[in-house]
Amino acid sequence: MKTRFPLLCCLLLASAASLAQVSFDQILKPDAQPGNWLSYSRSLTNQRYSPLDQVNATNAGKLQLQWVWQAHTLEKFEATPLVVNGVLYTVQAPNDVVALDAVTGRIFWTYSHQPAPSRTCCGRVNRGLAILGDTLFMGTVDAHLLAIDAKSGQLLWDTVVADAAQQFSITMPPMVVRDKVYIGTAGGDLGIRGFVAAYEISTGKEVWRHYTIPAPGEAGNDTWSGDSWQKGGASIWNAGAYDPDTNLTFWGTGNPAPDWDGRTRLGDNLYSDSVLALDADTGAMKWHYQFTPHDELDYDSTQVPVLADLNWQGKPRKVMLWANRNGLMYVLDRITGEFLLGKPYVEVNWMDGFDSKGRPHRTPGIVPSPQGTLVRPHVHGAINWAPPSYSPKTGLLYVAHWEHSGIVAIEGQFPQSVGINTRQTTMSDAALEPFFNNEDEARGVIRAYDPATLTPVWEYSLGNITWGGTLSTAGDVVFGGGKDGYFVALDAKNGKLLWKAALGGQVNAGPMTYAVNGKQYVGIAAGTALFVFALP
Amino acid sequence: MLFVWFCLLTGSHFAMAQHETGADVFSGEQAFQNYCANCHGKTGNQIANVDLGHGNFRKPYTDEELMTIVMKGIPNTPMPGTPTMSKEQAVQIVAYLRSRSVLQDVGAGGDAARGMALYAGKGECSACHRVNGQGSRLGPELSKIGMVRTSNQLVTSLLDPDREVQANNRFYSVTTKSGESVSGRLLNHDAYTVQLLDTREQLRSFNQADLQKAAFLASPMPSLRGKFNDQELADLVQYLVSLRGADKK
Repeated sequence: MKTRFPLLCCLLLASAASLAQVSFDQILKPDAQPGNWLSYSRSLTNQRYSPLDQVNATNAGKLQLQWVWQAHTLEKFEATPLVVNGVLYTVQAPNDVVALDAVTGRIFWTYSHQPAPSRTCCGRVNRGLAILGDTLFMGTVDAHLLAIDAKSGQLLWDTVVADAAQQFSITMPPMVVRDKVYIGTAGGDLGIRGFVAAYEISTGKEVWRHYTIPAPGEAGNDTWSGDSWQKGGASIWNAGAYDPDTNLTFWGTGNPAPDWDGRTRLGDNLYSDSVLALDADTGAMKWHYQFTPHDELDYDSTQVPVLADLNWQGKPRKVMLWANRNGLMYVLDRITGEFLLGKPYVEVNWMDGFDSKGRPHRTPGIVPSPQGTLVRPHVHGAINWAPPSYSPKTGLLYVAHWEHSGIVAIEGQFPQSVGINTRQTTMSDAALEPFFNNEDEARGVIRAYDPATLTPVWEYSLGNITWGGTLSTAGDVVFGGGKDGYFVALDAKNGKLLWKAALGGQVNAGPMTYAVNGKQYVGIAAGTALFVFALP
Repeated sequence: MLFVWFCLLTGSHFAMAQHETGADVFSGEQAFQNYCANCHGKTGNQIANVDLGHGNFRKPYTDEELMTIVMKGIPNTPMPGTPTMSKEQAVQIVAYLRSRSVLQDVGAGGDAARGMALYAGKGECSACHRVNGQGSRLGPELSKIGMVRTSNQLVTSLLDPDREVQANNRFYSVTTKSGESVSGRLLNHDAYTVQLLDTREQLRSFNQADLQKAAFLASPMPSLRGKFNDQELADLVQYLVSLRGADKK
């Protein structure tokens, strides 16, 4: 006999439909739902720290693989997933959104966006999603911002952020604050004029747009010679942060364009290589700090801003921690933008000190030259875009970065690598490469820093350089990985290796953790697959 | 009147067309644009006395005859054969041409605005269906239904919902060994697991080893036969045909 729901039953079912699953309050206070991972770095402070402690320094050595999800793509897997009540959302590059069972890795649904032809500097990648209510948000490599229903995978709206034909693309995760979703674009190497824009959550309608390069008549335009501001880059292509106390959003900006030739854009080139503090409601800039004035080495400052509340010289202070591509680490006051501390954390030769306001003093003679000048760090930086973590429990900042890197800067040309293994410079390669490290090569490390002094506390040497991030947990475990394809668990207090797994592909993403039904899982993308581990 | 109209829709071509899906019609349109539009025009009316866009052929061809023409051409006329075309593509093109004809027929009798009111009111369709973010996710999403289903397929679904249920719209029920019974739209399954969107619109995943029972269910969609008159049905179909997805901003 056939069974059939009566129409009335359908009505009742609809009325029983679940409430929206993610509120902004939950995003702002993620520790109230420790099992979920609701934004790119778990919190809008980007601490990438989880209060979960089932996996801890005493048992991490027992971690076992639970499942692997193989993406159907050959692009790099740079996305950090979101997890909401047992459902894991991630991106199959370039722009397929996938909903998986977080316990088994099986697919609920896939939404596929077919991007229009577009050009990206470094791979058709995507770093992740944002969510609010039942809606997921994704930027696309053809510079659209999409809203997708998290339950059904259906497209809700599709907003064109910028013209892909004009070299705009999106690889960054969006950020949500209350009723707005924020996104910037890549393309700074290709001569765009960078911006970040806010869109209405419900409709995708643009609310405000803040250009990172001032137009004529605006303060800072005179830091660009001639018309160079029009295609000066300074794109915002990585995750931002949000501080509810000041209602400020924070965004790192990219290099000025052209990247390696500053002769056509004389001046400081504001606001390239800077952090911008923008009002979340209006986009008005409250302060800025420029890390690398008049950059000629592609030192994008698009690293993930980490917000922390520290005891600073005896007083509580709201700060921003920043491990920069230019080889310097910074502590800024996030309310005022005041420069509190800065120092090299790797070998740096392009500057030799700061003035009282934090402007770097250039080392005489260490500039691109016709014959080539050895500059440290490498053009790809001490760190590039990978997310660090900060543990309020240990009070340490954990950064995976490159040590001992350098590049030969030639006036008006693409820089040349130093050392025997010139492949160290690859940025868009998803394949695991043989390990050819030697004394002339850069090496990868995961290092813990005391944010009060920016001095290293411990270091773990990776087998090769790294494009991966770090995760710290209340279990006093730090997770990370690198180009050698190993995913490691380290003791957060001393850096001792607790566990490692060979994943067969390089780690190009930030680790994350979540819990379902009382069981903690740890996820990491490597090669072209997502791996998830847990205790037996 | 409804009976006559329905018979027209399910005429000689329907025996073949019922095997095609909206995706076939979509592929047929692409193939038409690749192979045929150069001479016939994008809307199929570029050649005198031939209006492929409205199903007006030189004579009432059967589907098989149309497929032969599409693949081999018409001897002693400018209509060439297409040796590289597969039979599958020919079937899809014919399905597309037939769907264009049907669209025109139904469009003449229905009013989309009245149909929208029926959708929201008498039909109570949003209790199970969703359009542009409004309504239940349990039934098939309808925001782009006009792009993937022909009007005769929609009529079939409205009057005889169980007759053709697409794979991604089937209902499924599981009972766990602990006694929990869950039903919903089947999203995925394999030898070890089952994934559903359950009746509370929650994404649920089950291990097959934890289930004591699992089975497909009949479509919960109630038939509109006897509930809607001819005009109401035509209005509703016209509204559904008009749903073609969100515009880009």
